[in-house]
Amino acid sequence: MSKVMVVTSGKGGVGKTTSTAALGAALAQAGQNVVLVDFDVGLRNLDLILGAERRVVFDLVNVVQGDAKLPQALIRDKRVESLYLLPASQTRDKDALTPEGVEGVIAELRERFDWIVCDSPAGIEKGATLAMRFADVAVVVANPEVSSVRDADRIIGMLDSKTLRAERGEPLEKHLLITRHDPARVARGEMMKVEDVLEILAIPLLGVVAESPDVLTASNLGCPVTLHNPASPAARAYLLAARKLLGEDAPVEQPVLKRGLMSRLFGRKAAA
Amino acid sequence: MTLHAQTSPPPGLQLRGRSFMALVVTPEVPLAAWFADLDAQLRNAAGLFADRPVVVDLSRTAGEGREAVLILLDGLETRGLRIVGLEGADPSLLAGAHWERLPTQLHGRDVAEVRSPAPKPAPEASRLIDGPVRSGQSVVFETGDITVIGAVASGAEVIAGGSIHVYGALRGRAIAGVRLGAAARIFCGRMEAEMVGIERLYRTAENWGASLHGRPVQIRSDRGALRLSALD
Repeated sequence: MSKVMVVTSGKGGVGKTTSTAALGAALAQAGQNVVLVDFDVGLRNLDLILGAERRVVFDLVNVVQGDAKLPQALIRDKRVESLYLLPASQTRDKDALTPEGVEGVIAELRERFDWIVCDSPAGIEKGATLAMRFADVAVVVANPEVSSVRDADRIIGMLDSKTLRAERGEPLEKHLLITRHDPARVARGEMMKVEDVLEILAIPLLGVVAESPDVLTASNLGCPVTLHNPASPAARAYLLAARKLLGEDAPVEQPVLKRGLMSRLFGRKAAA
Repeated sequence: MTLHAQTSPPPGLQLRGRSFMALVVTPEVPLAAWFADLDAQLRNAAGLFADRPVVVDLSRTAGEGREAVLILLDGLETRGLRIVGLEGADPSLLAGAHWERLPTQLHGRDVAEVRSPAPKPAPEASRLIDGPVRSGQSVVFETGDITVIGAVASGAEVIAGGSIHVYGALRGRAIAGVRLGAAARIFCGRMEAEMVGIERLYRTAENWGASLHGRPVQIRSDRGALRLSALD
């Protein structure tokens, strides 16, 4: 039983691509056959985050338009055998994708993979709606700040109306992944609390990923954080989230504020 | 010229053929029950027999005798049915009655059964949204009240002809009374709205005090001004 999962957010820069790579790698590390599909045609990034940018020959647009066969465009990860990438085209724009073409590619991918993880572009236009169109599961990525939460709410509304499952009246699994969470800023009241975000969005929580240099380093090295530094708190959050996606009753660990002696004495922010 | 005059058609009677659809009714015994059904049907769809020629099929009622058939035909006529023909009965049955001159051998073929139009469902009096209204969604219901079980998100709007009831938090816009006018009200479980309006009056969040924020609130129109009051 293959599952199509869209990673989406509405707002840009919240960590969709990083989360797609980390969750996809975590699912593959758990033994699943996973393909990551980059829908951000024209602004592709997923290949960089996976360190596959120098191996791209054909892309999603080529496959949708019939210029290349699917196996020619799939790139196999060198670290995890069961992880593949279907890259986006950098030179085309999102109008090159059609619902029928995407449906065909997704159907072909469903035969080969357990998980088809679609990295949605930001925004609510064609690219984002096509990325979510055929999804069975949605991971809504949001930062704990008002603009991101409102955009996430908008996207949830679209998931409930624009996807094939919604149109057929079938249930669509929705999960919330909170990223770039900073416990120190939450403590100072500069960032929304996890409970407040949950209260507004009202969908189940998949995980809370702390803002951390581990994530940035991993991205810059072209390696998902779950592979690069599995012991880091961010990687742990993604690994637990992947277990939840696989149906396990894994806990959600929330980042906690670590305070050193000096900060306890002087009330200053400590390195989280 | 004379030849031409001979070939032109003579002036005189002009006849044209035209086909109509007649409704064939087949009364059944007992007649009292059948008339009760007919009356019920006529109440639901008064126009069913309007301006339609009606042919009465007496095949199931002729056996009841001449009196019964005469009562039946009179009963149909008083209900406004325009009877143009009879079938299924021996013409001698009606000898002497004024129905006698109606044709009993009309030609025609049956078409599909005419269904009386289904009774119109009663118009929706209120609309229930069984969940949250998400940012960017717009719920418009001009003929009555809207009830939202969840929250109305920031950037969402709810527009009702009547009143608006929000059981969760109202964080977006609510405009009530589009049709009902000043009598409409807005109720919310938690007041965090961006804008509220009734009829043509509206207020944005900066125009009401922080004291109402987060509390259950009712909004109504009172002598040309919006009044917000806490419900707790």
